[in-house]
Amino acid sequence: MHTIHRKELIAPKFWRFVVAAPEIARRHRPGQFVMVLLSDRGERIPLTIAHSDPQAGTITLVVQEVGKTTMSMGELEEGGQILSVVGPLGTPTHIENFGTVVCVGGGAGIAPMLPIAAGMKKAGNRVLSILGGRSEELVILRDEMTAASDEITFTTDDGSFGRKGFVTHALADLIAEKGKPDLVVAIGPAIMMKVVADLTRKHEIPTLCSLNSIMIDGTGMCGCCRVTVGGQTRFVCVDGPEFDAHKVDFDVLLKRLRMFLPEEQEARERYMADHACRALEGVAHA
Amino acid sequence: MPERIEGLPELTKKERMKIARHAMPEQTPEARVENFAEVALGYTAATAMEEAQRCLQCEKPLCVAGCPVEIDIPAFIDLIRQGDFKGAVAKIKETNTLPAICGRVCPQEDQCEVVCVLEKKFTPVAIGRLERFVADVERDAGTTEMPHCAAPSGHKVAIIGCGPAGLACAADLAKLGHQVTIFEALHKTGGVLVYGIPEFRLPKAIVDFEVENLKRMGVEIRTGYVVGKTATVEELFHEQGYDAVFFGTGAGLPSFLGVPGENYIGVVSANEFLTRVNLMKAYDFPNYDTPVRVGKRVAVVGSGNVAMDCLRCAKRLGAEHVICVYRRTRNESPARKEELERAEEEFIDFRWLSAPLEIYGNDDGFVTGMKIQRMELGEPDASGRRRPVPVAGSEYDIEVDTVIVAIGQSPNPLATRATPGLELNRHGCIVVDEATMMSRSLPGVFAGGDIVTGAATVILAMGAGKVAARGIHDWLGKLERGEVTKPPFTSAPA
Repeated sequence: MHTIHRKELIAPKFWRFVVAAPEIARRHRPGQFVMVLLSDRGERIPLTIAHSDPQAGTITLVVQEVGKTTMSMGELEEGGQILSVVGPLGTPTHIENFGTVVCVGGGAGIAPMLPIAAGMKKAGNRVLSILGGRSEELVILRDEMTAASDEITFTTDDGSFGRKGFVTHALADLIAEKGKPDLVVAIGPAIMMKVVADLTRKHEIPTLCSLNSIMIDGTGMCGCCRVTVGGQTRFVCVDGPEFDAHKVDFDVLLKRLRMFLPEEQEARERYMADHACRALEGVAHA
Repeated sequence: MPERIEGLPELTKKERMKIARHAMPEQTPEARVENFAEVALGYTAATAMEEAQRCLQCEKPLCVAGCPVEIDIPAFIDLIRQGDFKGAVAKIKETNTLPAICGRVCPQEDQCEVVCVLEKKFTPVAIGRLERFVADVERDAGTTEMPHCAAPSGHKVAIIGCGPAGLACAADLAKLGHQVTIFEALHKTGGVLVYGIPEFRLPKAIVDFEVENLKRMGVEIRTGYVVGKTATVEELFHEQGYDAVFFGTGAGLPSFLGVPGENYIGVVSANEFLTRVNLMKAYDFPNYDTPVRVGKRVAVVGSGNVAMDCLRCAKRLGAEHVICVYRRTRNESPARKEELERAEEEFIDFRWLSAPLEIYGNDDGFVTGMKIQRMELGEPDASGRRRPVPVAGSEYDIEVDTVIVAIGQSPNPLATRATPGLELNRHGCIVVDEATMMSRSLPGVFAGGDIVTGAATVILAMGAGKVAARGIHDWLGKLERGEVTKPPFTSAPA
């Protein structure tokens, strides 16, 4: 059991949890994730660790409500419990002084980017960040990422904040203006990482991405998370989650992410119907 | 059922030999493919005693030597004949802590029953069914007694993995007075007994019951704890104060086929399929949150016990046509005969001498079919089995919605990789001294079960866990006398 110390809404449908997990906090390195299980009947989902505090014995998770499990997490209260938090899993990011590192984060991918950007900066890199979202409120962790970066650019699809357009437009301009960085790290929706990879491949800039496949155990046991990297089958949970973005077959990944769409929709609809009923009951009782 | 009833009279050997082996009452194939409840229903007391009556009580019983944990089989069977079920289970528990599990999943036909003297002329005594019977009587009566535990030794032992090897090792160490903590990566206890073996072969309530007993003996279990990630073996020794560490981490890494199309959606490892179904209870989606999908036509590649479990689960999940694709013949199939027969009864379509060549998919990435090559048996290979060789021009296609790959598992390297100095063989298995199960390169580190042998059986893992418990006990004595020290771990962990 893991106690929720803090829970706050940082953007519409984005929650930040600070959870007691002393042993995970102690060992966590940037790039690693945990497997979370809410209840006996729940599913195990991977969540990247946005921050860890070994002194306080806590880890920070940023969760976007997209399906039944993440919506259920949104219902949890401070002081409440999470049944199982397992980790830190996955291979940590290789951090050294590369020179200039561009961190491209999109949507929920900004959360796992935070410890990586901070780690890169600490290692002496010049960190240039580009964060994007559909609209202003969905560009999360702006202050934290600003603190972890030497320069930062924001983009929104609708132009409500920063420059209008996608992160790739900002990245293309950055390369044109400042020349090639030594490394690009891209974390976000699979399609965003694919487009970033296509751009940096052209410029021959080494690029890392962090993949978000479907997992069950998170320890290399089931192979559900497998992806094709450089023609080889690799497991995201143990070989990754970071890979050379130029070698990842994003088309396979994009398809595999859709494997349970009907079931996900069914679970989400049942959850929402159930909650609508409860909300109505609440009105009746009031 | 009472634990003691009036026994049967002792018969002459001749009379005993006239009694036929008693069949196990089972759900009918038609009924059982509609549910996940246990297939075998168990002997009644009367049947069990009648079956016990068949044992010739050999003076030099070969069955005992055939048992990996050397249960005094004639003694416990004679107690059943006498109606003393409580005494019978106590006799088994002298050497086997988990009879309800072993009675169900041990390959008795290769161990105790194959050497039974009745096997030659008649059929062997149903030792496994009797073992299961008395264990169930005890559990149902709710009178399970805790074994006597020695006074606390002051020593702490860490066990990695809560599967059969870890459970057996923990039980014996607890009896010897040592303080045991089991570290389990998953959120549930039991290892392969829970994620791998389906409910219809081994009800999970039985595993839970045995784990609860272990806790009552003082064993601490920490679930959701991945040794190698949450903490290293070095930290277990030097920061958490453990005096010995036992690896019972099993063979959890799935093998894939290496044929084109393997990453299409609907191609899953046996581990993934069984974990969804057994551990996460996906057969009860959406009451449980984890989904599983089989579609109408399912192919399972492989023909071991794991493949049988996959075939039978797929059938129960509603697949209309379930096909077993195996490149050798029924004779070479590594599955237990009983499991093969049950699968055959459950309308599985066995394609012997068939090897998958390629998996087909559609534009959305979903599997649609499989190309199969017919094979024939050639010369014997290194394993002594005749090698399957392709029959030229014999390829044909089948349509499938799901392909389950059940061609074996190898050791999961997560914990071993994070333990510098630990000697592994080329298969990634820990190299140990067989008498003590201690690592040959890292004294104080022990291992047993599939992490040492590669994928094998529950009972062999349990037997290895017991041998290791003795080895650990000796090691702790030496540590106390200052004859040995804990491993220093000179190189930094990964």
